Amino acid sequence: MDWSALSLSLKLAGLTVLILLPLGIWAGHGLAAHQFRGKAWVEAMLALPLVLPPTVLGYYLLVAMGGASPVGQFYESVFGQPLVFSFEGLLLASVIFNIPFAIQPMQRGFDAIAPEVRDAAACCGLSRWRTLWRIELPLAWPGVLSAVVLTFAHTLGEFGVVLMVGGSIPGETKTVAIAIYDRVQAFDTAGAGVMSAALLLISLVAIGAAYFTHARSRIRRYG
Amino acid sequence: MAEGIQLRLKQRGPIPLDARLKCAPGQVLALVGPSGSGKTTILRAIAGLLRVAEGEIRCAGESWFDSGRGVYHETRQRRVGYVFQNYALFPHLSALHNVMEAMLDRPVAEREQRARDVLARVRLAGLESRVPAALSGGQQQRVAVARALAREPQVLLLDEPFSAVDRATRQRLYRELAELRRDLAMPVILVTHDLDEALMLADQLCVLHQGRTLQSGEPYAVMTRPDTVEVAQLVGLRNVFRAGVVGHDEARALTIIEWRGHRLEARLQTAFKPGTQITWVIPQGHIMLHRRDRPSRGERENPVSGPVIECLPLGENVALTVAVNGPDRPPLFLTVPAHVARRNGIAMGVEIGLSLLADGIHLMPSDDTRTPAKPR
Repeated sequence: MDWSALSLSLKLAGLTVLILLPLGIWAGHGLAAHQFRGKAWVEAMLALPLVLPPTVLGYYLLVAMGGASPVGQFYESVFGQPLVFSFEGLLLASVIFNIPFAIQPMQRGFDAIAPEVRDAAACCGLSRWRTLWRIELPLAWPGVLSAVVLTFAHTLGEFGVVLMVGGSIPGETKTVAIAIYDRVQAFDTAGAGVMSAALLLISLVAIGAAYFTHARSRIRRYG
Repeated sequence: MAEGIQLRLKQRGPIPLDARLKCAPGQVLALVGPSGSGKTTILRAIAGLLRVAEGEIRCAGESWFDSGRGVYHETRQRRVGYVFQNYALFPHLSALHNVMEAMLDRPVAEREQRARDVLARVRLAGLESRVPAALSGGQQQRVAVARALAREPQVLLLDEPFSAVDRATRQRLYRELAELRRDLAMPVILVTHDLDEALMLADQLCVLHQGRTLQSGEPYAVMTRPDTVEVAQLVGLRNVFRAGVVGHDEARALTIIEWRGHRLEARLQTAFKPGTQITWVIPQGHIMLHRRDRPSRGERENPVSGPVIECLPLGENVALTVAVNGPDRPPLFLTVPAHVARRNGIAMGVEIGLSLLADGIHLMPSDDTRTPAKPR
């Protein structure tokens, strides 16, 4: 078992979730509650990582964050090290390729709230912040939870983008998915099997916990 | 006028509006009209949930909207109590917390007790901890009313609040609302398409069509004395016919009209000059069926007769269609209790006599442009 790869994967997944949670709530809520010109295009852009092959997405991220790009140059001038093949670069890539996994379930969660419920909150005198906190978030909770679990599990399992942007630097960018591939390449099927089982178990527990929590909240709400 | 609510709303689209309304504190104003007539749009504009292009809304002496002066208060700044058609309760909160959410401007310590008091006022004591899904339709409606009242609103808006409950519950809720409204000091605007509901609960009635307010007034007056053929049809009056004014008999307080060769006596309405063509209407409650076994004095009043061409049992009543002066002319419609129909042997094809009570005959300007009922 490559503990360093496993802990790196968990750290990457955790941080990705932490960054995307507020962003997803903001974007998901905004997309669900407002109609605006070009909304379909915005939604299409956000969904793009779902349909692009990971290697294509990884290639573009590599180019966009590389030393020749303005982003890469800016990062290097500030931090004194390149963005690509670093944990920070991997995290940025992870946030970008997880956008649809975070935003879409949250948007669906906010979409499911009847518009009159928002109107009723305004008529009760609730501020926008209190409406979000007290009414909308609890009602969109299953969507938020799905987004968290999907983002977490998807980050743990992502391979193509990680390999393109991060390479396989132990302790820095070598995630458990890469480690499994390395073990298979080295004909260490037993090691690959242990790590695959660990990944399977973590994903199963995360998704199971989400379903269980969702079911409990439904029982509490609808009896 | 510093109290109550007055409004004037005008816009061409997307939902056309040309409405003027006012409602005094403690009064119930019913907005009636067919689907799409703009009833809910007006409520939403009052609540600030929809911004209208042009107009003014003043409530309790405060300007909530004035397009001319650029005044526009957000929903949160207007003290409105809004009972939505499907109640729009917060599904994850208990009845108590639904009500408490509308009291955020009160000190925290007071909220719970006050919410319990409001719930008790709508007969929900003991059910405070239930979430909406665990309440019946009628109980949910009461939570919605309690939540609307909890904010101590300056206007109470009720959007078809009885449409989502069964008939028996509706009858009970009517009584409860009628009782509750005696204690309410704010104007109440009730949207409904049920005219009986409006008659039962409202002090004022306003008929809307395609966003225009056509006629406002005391409900019984609007329903029996419409200003135009359009209003007559919108309030469900089916006996609409054309006639000519013969003259006025001021001594007997009567106006004489000629209709299909009959000289009919109507309530005195001198606004219509002799010789003019008019449209007249009679509510079904002013058509008296002649008893076939025992003629009475009342039968001398505007007697007409004809065969029954349709006889439709409607539970305790029977709806009759009577051809007067030939089958090819618009018939008279009336409803009689089932036992009256039975006792008089009324059936299809039977010739019956009717009196059109003079007091119920209401004249309106002749309207050739709107004649869906083809009055003749």
